Amino acid sequence: MSQVVEAPTAGAGDDRGTGGRTGGGLHLRSLTKEFASFTAVKSLDLDIPSGSFFALLGPSGCGKTTTLRMVAGLETPTSGTITLGERDITWEKPYRRPVNTVFQNYALFPHLDIFENVAFGLRRRKRSDVKPAVEQMLALVELESQARKKPAQLSGGQQQRVALARALINNPEVLLLDEPLGALDLKLRRSMQIEIKRIQTEVGLTFVHVTHDQEEAMTMADTVAVMNAGVIEQMGAPAELYENPRTTFVANFLGQSNLIEGTVAGREGDVVKVDMQGTVVSVPSARAHLETTAGHRAWVGIRPEKVLIAEVGEVIDAPGNSIPGGVISDVSFVGVSTQYLVRMPWGQELQVFEQNTGRRRLFRTGESVDVSWRPDYAFLLDHEQDASAGTDRSDLPS
Amino acid sequence: MNGPLQRLGRWVGSHLVLAGGLLVLLYMFVPIFVVVLMSFNDPDSRLIYRFDGFTLKNWANPCAADGMCGALSRSIQIGLLATVVATLLGTLMAFALVRHRFHGRSAANLGIFLPMASPEIVMGSSLLALFVAAGFGGRLGFWTILIAHIMFCLSFVVVTVRARLAGLDDNLEQAAMDLYATEVQTFRRVTLPLVFPGILGAALLSFSLSFDDFIITNLNAGNTTTFPMYVWGVAQRGVPMQVNVVGTVMFLVSVVIVVAVEVRRRRQERVLAG
Ligand SMILES: Nc1ncnc2c1ncn2[C@@H]1O[C@H](COP(=O)(O)OP(=O)(O)OP(=O)(O)O)[C@@H](O)[C@H]1O
Ligand SMILES: [Mg+2]
Repeated sequence: MSQVVEAPTAGAGDDRGTGGRTGGGLHLRSLTKEFASFTAVKSLDLDIPSGSFFALLGPSGCGKTTTLRMVAGLETPTSGTITLGERDITWEKPYRRPVNTVFQNYALFPHLDIFENVAFGLRRRKRSDVKPAVEQMLALVELESQARKKPAQLSGGQQQRVALARALINNPEVLLLDEPLGALDLKLRRSMQIEIKRIQTEVGLTFVHVTHDQEEAMTMADTVAVMNAGVIEQMGAPAELYENPRTTFVANFLGQSNLIEGTVAGREGDVVKVDMQGTVVSVPSARAHLETTAGHRAWVGIRPEKVLIAEVGEVIDAPGNSIPGGVISDVSFVGVSTQYLVRMPWGQELQVFEQNTGRRRLFRTGESVDVSWRPDYAFLLDHEQDASAGTDRSDLPS
Repeated sequence: MNGPLQRLGRWVGSHLVLAGGLLVLLYMFVPIFVVVLMSFNDPDSRLIYRFDGFTLKNWANPCAADGMCGALSRSIQIGLLATVVATLLGTLMAFALVRHRFHGRSAANLGIFLPMASPEIVMGSSLLALFVAAGFGGRLGFWTILIAHIMFCLSFVVVTVRARLAGLDDNLEQAAMDLYATEVQTFRRVTLPLVFPGILGAALLSFSLSFDDFIITNLNAGNTTTFPMYVWGVAQRGVPMQVNVVGTVMFLVSVVIVVAVEVRRRRQERVLAG
């Protein structure tokens, strides 16, 4: 499973004197890591163009940290190769790689002050003019006034920025960020996301950002790879992943999805017709991720905000798949939107999010409704896959 | 009805914990106070421990007591040598036990506690048996004492340094390597400074253990006399007042060390806070 992403700013790697900057991006080839009998990363193939902001997204324990540690050289792969541009770094010592890491728990040196923490990498490489470089970097992360404090004297957000500065100052070809925002509260997290994104745009380095927060991945990255149990399930631009998921795991892990059982009826041009619980709906064939021969079982997927609800018999402007016989079973008003659960004739409850534009009235529990959606928004997945994969978040109705 | 006694009574009633604490402190400091006082004593008789008159001659002439300074310098030499060797070996052992997985690691971890747990008299006599069996029976002295001291200090060093090392986040060393520090630089710049307080503590502990050990030393000393053995030996005949001078100096040295550590800590805190 090899996926190549379009380079958004291919070759944007600048040359501010690290030397040997290749601009060729980071490439992992059938990278595998086994711990005793347990395979943490399974034959991973990844191509990360230089200058891009790449997010590795997946649930806890899926192998994200292990992957980063192999790239940083802190873990030796069982097999496979890692190349940076043209250079094979699979077996390089960590201190010989032009790669720096922002650790999950920051790992700031507690016995050194902030200035010396940031200067650490430059001093080890005997760089001259350390002082101005560190001052400039501290200014970038807005910590000039804290230079002589010890890490323990800083707040979580400040420590996080020190960790970022300490890695960035070395001007690495690739910066690895391992859930650097995991310990922060929501507000600080948002502002740090913006800050990290700004810094990445400013310095133009390749960032590989690991997270299990899908919103964080989607807002920050140019390219998101969704990882599950040691393999990449799907990779692409955030909108592409969200709109056209290829597996049930991606459909559920990235946002929420309604997955409805159906049987492929056949193809008509570039549309696949599916018999979905007695109603024939169509799905664009570009969004059908299975064999579309008639008789094949499938999951019809549709995002909750793409589903419209209407009075019985009402024609609403979705000239598409309309399914009658729904009954509202739950209404939650959440301000910007209203979230409905609609029980369908076949017993399944569909989630529907309706924007609170004020143009449509609120439905009440127990009302009969029709639901519909535009065919372009639906996607079709293989029935072999588990419909509940990736829905481990307990706040979601099943 | 409002006399000083009642007031004292009320104060004690409302400051029970504080009063208790003061009593305990008093209890702890009385012996030290006696030692300091006696170092200025000019006794009439060697047999009675009584303050007969003030003098500075004990301080002016500490070595006037027969054989005391020889024993003292021997104890200090043994203490320093044992400290250096035990701290070095013990630190290396602690690193091996924490950082390397090898067969028998957990057995070694447990074995380290044995010398600490077994009674000194047992250790001392078994060492003596060992030395005699190895043919050193006639040559007991400085070196056999030193070997014995290194042995029992080692456990304490390993335990102290190991605790410090185990509390060290491995991510720090990995972060150093990630930031271009080679293995040696990582050790020098990150590991050692962070483990150093543990090593220093272990060294101080080793010295004080070695300096005042009596039982094991006595069994393995042959004709050699260390300072504790000297004091024990003269105790029957009446301790010379110069012993109190040594006691006072030792006490002052420990006070200076404790105060220095505390001052350093406070200064650091102040720098951090400012
Ligand atoms: N040193 C190790 N020995 C054995 N198993 C390990 C080791 N390191 C990681 N694993 C296992 O490998 C799997 C992947 O771990 P990894 O740390 O890469 O997860 P992760 O995706 O970073 O998770 P999280 O989001 O919780 O940080 C886990 O199941 C973990 O138990
Ligand atoms: Mg992790």
